[in-house]
Amino acid sequence: MKELRIHGRGGQGSVTAAELLAIAAFRDRKYSQAFPAFGAERRGAPVMAFMRVDDEPIRIRSQVYEPDYVMVQDASLIGVVDFMSGLKDGGILLINTPKSPEELGLKGNFTLRTINATAIAKEMIGRPIVNTTMMGAFAGVTGAVSLHAVIYAVKERFRGVAGDNNAKAIKRAYDLMIEGVSS
Amino acid sequence: MKLRIGAIADPGTSVVNLTGGWRTEIPRITPELCIRCFNCVIYCPESAVKYSDKEGIYFDYDYCKGCGICSNECSGHAIYMEMEEK
Amino acid sequence: MQVVEGSYAIAHAVKRCRPDVISAYPITPQTHIVEDLAQFVADGELECEFVPVDSEHSAMSVALGASAVGARAYSASTSQGLALMWEVLYNVSGMRLPVVMTAVNRAMSAPLSIWNDQQDTIGARDSGWIQIYVEDIQEAHDAMIQGYKIAESKDVMLPLMVCADGFILTHTYEPVVLAEQIEVDDFLPPYEPEYFLSVDNPLSFGCFAEPDKYMEFRYMQHEAMDRARIKIKEVADEFGKAFGRYYGGLIEGYNLDGAEIVLLTFGSIIGTIKEVVDREKNVGILKIRSYRPFPLVEIRDALKDAKVVAVIEKDFSAGFEGALFTDVKAALYNHINDLKMLGFVVGLGGRDVRADDILEIIKRSKSAMDGGITDEWQFIGLRGELL
Repeated sequence: MKELRIHGRGGQGSVTAAELLAIAAFRDRKYSQAFPAFGAERRGAPVMAFMRVDDEPIRIRSQVYEPDYVMVQDASLIGVVDFMSGLKDGGILLINTPKSPEELGLKGNFTLRTINATAIAKEMIGRPIVNTTMMGAFAGVTGAVSLHAVIYAVKERFRGVAGDNNAKAIKRAYDLMIEGVSS
Repeated sequence: MKLRIGAIADPGTSVVNLTGGWRTEIPRITPELCIRCFNCVIYCPESAVKYSDKEGIYFDYDYCKGCGICSNECSGHAIYMEMEEK
Repeated sequence: MQVVEGSYAIAHAVKRCRPDVISAYPITPQTHIVEDLAQFVADGELECEFVPVDSEHSAMSVALGASAVGARAYSASTSQGLALMWEVLYNVSGMRLPVVMTAVNRAMSAPLSIWNDQQDTIGARDSGWIQIYVEDIQEAHDAMIQGYKIAESKDVMLPLMVCADGFILTHTYEPVVLAEQIEVDDFLPPYEPEYFLSVDNPLSFGCFAEPDKYMEFRYMQHEAMDRARIKIKEVADEFGKAFGRYYGGLIEGYNLDGAEIVLLTFGSIIGTIKEVVDREKNVGILKIRSYRPFPLVEIRDALKDAKVVAVIEKDFSAGFEGALFTDVKAALYNHINDLKMLGFVVGLGGRDVRADDILEIIKRSKSAMDGGITDEWQFIGLRGELL
């Protein structure tokens, strides 16, 4: 089983990202589970969401304490939220920031990848809503879900032009991560 | 008789129940004072105050509980209550 | 199978049951269920009278009235909302109306908490409603369909609440098989009540019962609960045959063969407990599906070879102990003499129940089995530094 913890701020679509990744994982013929850290959500407050993916049905329902992957949607959470808590040795930390991993200076036995998802989202979607772009990056970095499944899940949720634009942003982020370039 | 689930009862049970027996005071009417406002007919909780062209206002003493609402509501002070000797 | 939110799965199952009247007042974490149902009605997917109301008291009252005229009625609530339904719950069960509701489990205020525990439905335990607790989203979906069949059965005629943990089940996305209309139509016949309100054949429901009759009406509810014991099992079997999914009748055992320690509980923590128990030797799980009627005989039978039973629950009766713990002890008294019984309270007000908490419970149970001293009833996961 692989476990993902998403950190963001209320209104950034962290919960939606977890849900859509669960749908994508199921599309990849795996079992999946997604749920928010149930809080009194409000715009701007730090929030968390979780996603599990496995070849077997998933029974555990506690929150994720030792994630394989951590995704941070908002660099302003650095120093505010302990998003590295419990991150497994050899795990992957993916942060939305224009800075390079070296500039962030986060140390530990994990792979740190950064992506300027805000810039991609602004360019491709026209709004700084980064959750779908981050899903594309997540697929590229981790391989836990496939690119086509992520695009399928997002297009199911956002129809028409919005879906197409989101799909472009996902593809761009995915490609950047595959090429190993932190933009 | 066996009970039915849910305390579900057939209609008309209040017809069988002659509430006139509860009465201690009995309504009487002075017909000359009655202005035909029918407040007594409207307000009687047992529909025991009746009217006919021939008899004017009269009471169904099988069901009248003697509550006195008719007397209280009577615009012409025509209805009054008196102790009933049984 | 498709990945949907728990609330959606529940709403979908309710839709498939073709309710005639839905009345509910939104309250977190029940809201998504009734929002989805309102959407089905608005989109014309469900032909049904959706009655918006001013409160949960009114919601249950509307369900009562609808059921009394012979409609299939549904409502849903949680926590304070369920508490506000309180007197109507007794009216519905007393009038023997087979209303089915989803009781989403949430903590009671104060302190204000929107998060999950089971105190709310435990409070409604004695209201004469059948209570079915579910483990996962699929079971919540399936229990709604089973629920109407049980409740509307001629020899039961009792209201039924499906108790599903708030957020943990209602707000989680996972793969679920959503029932097809034709499957549910084959399984669940239309509701045909023996008695119903009608202008052509007037009746009075829930009449005045003087002391010479009241006790007999209450006894009849007790007898109906006894018959519900059989019906719940029958319906679970029928459902298994029709849909290929089975969750046990009144109870369900897991790894009970040779289990010395049995963790007895209900609700969504069973998934996490299964995950833990799979890595342990001689530890089994006894899941309570039907809390009312209470599976006395089944529990006695399932625990006859156990050495320790650890009752785990998200509720307690202030001044005593966990409600389920009390009930289990009462069921076993005079029947199993050398079984150690321990009670554990976990997860109040949304405190996450982790695998480590379950391991701690198993550790304390083992210690008790080996003659160690442990409290008979205790809280797990308390933050001592705050006390």
